[in-house]
Amino acid sequence: MEFSQEIKREFDQIVARYPQGRQKSGLLPILHRVQEEYGWLSTEAMNAVAGYLQLNPIEVYEVASFYTMFHLRPVGKYVLEVCRTGPCCLVGAETLLQYLQRKLNIGIGETTPDGLFTLKTVECLASCGTGPVLQIGPEYLYHEQLTEQKLDQLIDSLRSKS
Amino acid sequence: MSDLLKVTIDGNSIEVPPGTTIMQAARQLGGKYPPAMCYYEPLKNTGGKCRVCLVKVAQTSEANPRPMPKLVASCITRVEQGMVVENETSKEVLDARNGVVEFLLINHPLDCPVCDQAGECDLQNLSYEHGHEQTRYEEGRREFERIDIGPYVQLHMTRCILCYRCVYAADQLTGQRVHGVLNRGDVSEIGTYIQQSIENEFSGNIIDVCPVGALTDKTYRFKQRVWFSKPFDAHRNCDKCCGKVVLWMKGDTIIRVTARKNEFGEVTDFICNNCRFEHKQAADWTIEGPRVIDPESVIGANKYELPVVSPAVNVDAKFVSE
Amino acid sequence: MATKILLEHVGVEGIRAIDTYLAHGGYRSVGKALKEMSSDQLVEEVKTAGLRGRGGAGFPTGMKWSFLDKKSENPRYLVCNADESEPGTFKDRYLMERIPHLLIEGMITASYALGANTSYIYVRGEMMPVIRLLEKAIAEAYAKGYLGKNILGSGYNLDLYVQPGGGAYICGEETALLESLEGKRGNPRNKPPFPAVSGLYGCPTVINNVETIASVPWIVNNGGAAYASIGIGKSTGTKLISACGNIRQPGVYEIELGLPVEEFLYSDVYCGGIAEGRELKAVVPGGSSVPILPKELILKTAAGEPRLMSYESLAEGGFVSGSMLGSGGFIVFDDRACIVRNLWNFTRFYHHESCGQCSPCREGTGWMAKVLHRIEHGHGKMSDIDLLVDVAKHIEGKTICPLGDAAAWPVGSAIRHFRDEFEAHVKNPDSCLAKHLHGAYAHAASIM
Repeated sequence: MEFSQEIKREFDQIVARYPQGRQKSGLLPILHRVQEEYGWLSTEAMNAVAGYLQLNPIEVYEVASFYTMFHLRPVGKYVLEVCRTGPCCLVGAETLLQYLQRKLNIGIGETTPDGLFTLKTVECLASCGTGPVLQIGPEYLYHEQLTEQKLDQLIDSLRSKS
Repeated sequence: MSDLLKVTIDGNSIEVPPGTTIMQAARQLGGKYPPAMCYYEPLKNTGGKCRVCLVKVAQTSEANPRPMPKLVASCITRVEQGMVVENETSKEVLDARNGVVEFLLINHPLDCPVCDQAGECDLQNLSYEHGHEQTRYEEGRREFERIDIGPYVQLHMTRCILCYRCVYAADQLTGQRVHGVLNRGDVSEIGTYIQQSIENEFSGNIIDVCPVGALTDKTYRFKQRVWFSKPFDAHRNCDKCCGKVVLWMKGDTIIRVTARKNEFGEVTDFICNNCRFEHKQAADWTIEGPRVIDPESVIGANKYELPVVSPAVNVDAKFVSE
Repeated sequence: MATKILLEHVGVEGIRAIDTYLAHGGYRSVGKALKEMSSDQLVEEVKTAGLRGRGGAGFPTGMKWSFLDKKSENPRYLVCNADESEPGTFKDRYLMERIPHLLIEGMITASYALGANTSYIYVRGEMMPVIRLLEKAIAEAYAKGYLGKNILGSGYNLDLYVQPGGGAYICGEETALLESLEGKRGNPRNKPPFPAVSGLYGCPTVINNVETIASVPWIVNNGGAAYASIGIGKSTGTKLISACGNIRQPGVYEIELGLPVEEFLYSDVYCGGIAEGRELKAVVPGGSSVPILPKELILKTAAGEPRLMSYESLAEGGFVSGSMLGSGGFIVFDDRACIVRNLWNFTRFYHHESCGQCSPCREGTGWMAKVLHRIEHGHGKMSDIDLLVDVAKHIEGKTICPLGDAAAWPVGSAIRHFRDEFEAHVKNPDSCLAKHLHGAYAHAASIM
């Protein structure tokens, strides 16, 4: 696969932040940009990134599989990333997660049959004072102090957008 | 002379050049040096990961007589003038080492009787010295399917202890690494991500550097228990590598070819796949004589008489008498 | 009213924009530093201030700066650690979101002090909104001549970039952060060499936390001595505390170090007491990795002295009866909270975040998480409790980086102070205060 000239220009700008010969430093920002464009990181996309950065493809796979933000399989249009770490649990994250599983009728790591929602748990999002919290990529806006009502509204508005 | 640094390990002193690690100094001293599961001297940047070589630095240096606050990995810690190290003489070190061995074993199958590496497995030997008689681990173990990575090598991740040696070997011996460490934490695995074969003329060396039975030679798997085979040093003229190998024989048949390991179990002269996999006829080789085997090793067992192979040279006295 | 060094202007309307920031005295330290001070003077000023690393370790910042190898012919780098991900800590995100220019001002002044001409702010990838804010603020700073070539006519050049992470707690460890910034897996490096000698791209590098860097402008403007006059003993200046859990007013508070814990917890200026009129049970005062303390030991030391919010006072009693200030993530548990479930959750977190490079952390964290999962879900044995303590001991101090310690300390302390609760779980699973949550991950593909 080939990236568009426009995206390649963005890659060039990213790589320009680092000293000569250190273009590998651009790998994470570039993978984020590719995921924003395609929704997930296919092998072909990773190979193309490796080609652009002059890396062995395995170097890209190693990195992409290390970091939790990268989706190595197709995901729903909206990936709901709910914090499951201690402080959020003290203010009801687990109950809310149960509610969300029932509401969407999927388990954690699964995608709704209409391809709209994937439910994921993530670790502490630095929102412990405003938990429970979830994020939705690629903008990763924070939805904080969640309640069942707020979740209902959020899901409804996402459904009506698409 | 004045450039040398004096280090004392378990009460024995030695002078070594600056830059020498505690592990290297201990190996030079002889006796019981710290074990190593990830460190591999011929491969750059290995070490520091497995933590079985932890030692206590009781005195940092002459100038700084304080102990180091934590146990240190002897394979990556450099000697300083007047350093005092405790290895086998420290209870703290032995306890930590037992702990690390226990950690390495919780996700490693305890099925040595049916493992092809048995008899030449570093983890098996380490567990014998530092392991518990019974496991305290009651939870599920990590398991993977066996996969073929190329025509010659089988990967069984279930046995892997993530020492990274094979990754460094591929980086440093082959032009283009196609395998690496994927994922993270205790679900990390060695792999190619998309099923690919590792086809480089030095790729077979990842078998020799693997301390356990995770990477094995498909042309040899289960042909023979290693202690029933007879190793011979041999060589041939090879335009790709040194051509110096060990032939593992069953009767007159060569069942396996490996590189030669030194007294620390490390290969210093890596061999090519052509020598390793494609030359299984005795006529291909000049046989130097029986391989000198550590009498402690099970491979030395049942080798009480001089094998009938000629010309036999370099026959170690221990080899025939014990 | 307590001195505000970091959050003074945080409530000002439009303070994210450079013009408003400038109108409130912003970027003053850049002019002062570049035109009136040498880099050595700046380092001395920060040493005098007694500023300590605000990321968690509390290492003296001036000393860290003075370790930088200035004889090396390689370029020097300043990298800001904005990978805030210690559970219970959200102060850096707050600071960057509310007043992004304060961090950028600090980066310029600190880079000048270190002789760095290229600096990076490594922000955790999940904080994309913060990354966008910082990028906008950096563009504004370039436009006003605070970044780029010949800053304010001083002859000093600096380029500043934001680097996103990819989702890995371990990248908060400074050498893992450098690996990640080099485009690699976030595996911590073996030390030595330390980054001050061989850091980013093998060059001398200083890595400082967001809050640390953001404290520099005030020190430059007001002098290190003025900073050192705030606080108590070796805990100088102010500290951002992220307060969360079962309290009435969770949030980020800037306190003068030395404030009594009791006042912080119960005063309406700060936490406002325990939520819903419940009783205090325990506090984790410095982010999830520091030891948990029960009510009796968080309010007073074992010797009966009032416990203060300072590096020294919170550590009073060692790990037997004390804890640590750490990152200032103050997590409060009320009498309904289940200590076992929380510990399982934290341990599960460290298991999930272990890079997997060294054996004790890779294997030990998973072992502890599995045993704790069993105990919490009613399948524990009495012997499991001592087993956990022993496994934690075999991890602590044996690993490449501090994640092993961070995973071991909560286990040791929770069992030390709340052993009865673990035993109760074993004897009678129904006694679990959180048993209504046992099915929370019923459909999870993987709970670990």
